[in-house]
Amino acid sequence: MNLGLACIGVIGVALLVALPATLDLYELLQITLYAILGILALSLAFIWGYGGILCFGHSAFFGLGAYAYAVAVINLGESTLPLLIAIALPAALAAGLGYFMFYARISDVYVGVITLTVALILYNCINSTAGPEYHIGEALLGGFNGIPNIPSLNIPFRPDAQLEPEAMFVLSMGLLLLTYFGLTALLATRFGRVLVAIRENEQRVEFLGYDARLHKLVAFAIGGGLAGLAGCLFAAWGNYVSPTAFSVVQSAQIIIWLMVGGAGTLIGPVIGCFAISWLTLKIGTQQFVNANVVLGAILLVFVLLVPKGIVPLLSERLGSWLLSHRRLTQLPRNAATQESKA
Amino acid sequence: MEYAIVVGVEFVYAIATLALISLGLAIVFGMMRIINLAHGEFMVMGSYAATVAVHHGVNVWISILIVPPIVVGLIGMVVERLLVRHLYGRMVETMLATWGLSLFVVGLLTTVFGDTTEGVPTPLRGIAVGAYQVSGYSLFVIGLTVVTMLGMYALLRSTRFGLLARGTMQNADMAAALGTDTSKVYAVTFTLGAALAGFAGGVLAPVSGVFPSIGGSYIGRAFITVIGGGAAPLFGTASASTLFGIINQIATFASNPVYGEVALLLAAIVLIRAMPQGITGRFFRGRL
Repeated sequence: MNLGLACIGVIGVALLVALPATLDLYELLQITLYAILGILALSLAFIWGYGGILCFGHSAFFGLGAYAYAVAVINLGESTLPLLIAIALPAALAAGLGYFMFYARISDVYVGVITLTVALILYNCINSTAGPEYHIGEALLGGFNGIPNIPSLNIPFRPDAQLEPEAMFVLSMGLLLLTYFGLTALLATRFGRVLVAIRENEQRVEFLGYDARLHKLVAFAIGGGLAGLAGCLFAAWGNYVSPTAFSVVQSAQIIIWLMVGGAGTLIGPVIGCFAISWLTLKIGTQQFVNANVVLGAILLVFVLLVPKGIVPLLSERLGSWLLSHRRLTQLPRNAATQESKA
Repeated sequence: MEYAIVVGVEFVYAIATLALISLGLAIVFGMMRIINLAHGEFMVMGSYAATVAVHHGVNVWISILIVPPIVVGLIGMVVERLLVRHLYGRMVETMLATWGLSLFVVGLLTTVFGDTTEGVPTPLRGIAVGAYQVSGYSLFVIGLTVVTMLGMYALLRSTRFGLLARGTMQNADMAAALGTDTSKVYAVTFTLGAALAGFAGGVLAPVSGVFPSIGGSYIGRAFITVIGGGAAPLFGTASASTLFGIINQIATFASNPVYGEVALLLAAIVLIRAMPQGITGRFFRGRL
């Protein structure tokens, strides 16, 4: 596992350094977007795959982060504080929602439906804010037209020093790596272990004296904040945000990344995110097939046929293949205990 | 007085539409503990079935009342066979699979019909109440919802299928041990839920526009109603849609329909905190 982590770190840093020099601007912008969406994928991978919180409306936090950044940066003219607001506001929404959901001890199905409904209604809300009477400070919300001309991120406290695309790429990719290793480290702490234990058996963990509700609430808030960060970067990347950031299709996409890559891992959802984002980009360039048809079909196929996702499937195959070799050569006793466990 | 009547009709109409769009979802949830995320798309397919039938010169009443439940019921039967049946007992996977189906159907409808709004003419005229006018179709929808709810009650209460369905709902293993083919009961229940969704889509086609992604504007309210109502499909739908319909209407009168929906959501979240099992988890226990 540590070998795998080291590999990911080396590859990540290599990409971080090499890509700006080798790619042209358009490709670099695309890769930047993938890195931003990768952070979004990680935020859900953490709360869904490790916390066992089935958030069906994750786009609520993503969209809220994007809109919070847009509104704040237009009003303040400087991006340091807006970036923090874009993380804090979704985290607060997640914490508030988490309080009502986890302290009522509602079932997974209810959590899924309530989060999805929150995203749906936020979408309807923002969608209907067209017209000059809907504004927050100087920022017009713009309804279904969205907010254009959002200022890019700048170097902290220097509003005139806006980040160039290369710098934005380095920032996004760096934050993606930071999120990945940060979450890996968090999962290795006592908090992370308790969280995974809650996913496995909430009642047993509570009998051992841990407060499952509080752990889930904190995890949910962290996930919401990270999704908000991704939303903020997304708005700053495209200088534009529209209500589709809140849409059900956006929520579904994040879950599809998880289902394709494998929800019980951190690297799987990122890979799934890159693959699906690339695919939807390709679908967008042609007229024959509607993107929703493909996304729906992918979700159906994976739920029915590959419920674990690709990465766990591959690592399992690889693992058992390695084990079978070891059994033949060196470790008959260990292999036997492995077998009896399985 | 006349104004009071008009406002009263508005309130009852809000409650009735809420009950109508939630009933199919509630029956599937109550019987099978499954939330069908493609419920909105089932409704949209019902609306399209009605639209296509009207455009082909079928009588408008047959188009909105008879055609949609049959078409969508058949689709629901196929979906149960191909999809839901393989995922029984795995609620989250079922939700994800029906979500995939929902995206697939939206994409398919967009491909076939285009991203344009179609419509069905409203078959009833307004009725004058003093100086005001009440939509005749609203009254029709209210009456129809009451009839549908009573019909479902009678079906579950006094037919053989209803008996088997209630037995399966209370204890599926015991029902199976006594010789009930529970998978058949589930299949019929899911088909019934789909047919009710199609029916709601057909009935509401004349008042709302018909376009591929309109399902999204129904399902939020339907989810809230079903979760607020809890496990008992009929009493839950009736009580939750009454409560939420009133809250929604008050907020709508005070501001606009969008904030009405927000108020609905907030009310539902607070309700869930107070009664995690929904209204019927606390009151009307063991009813239908």
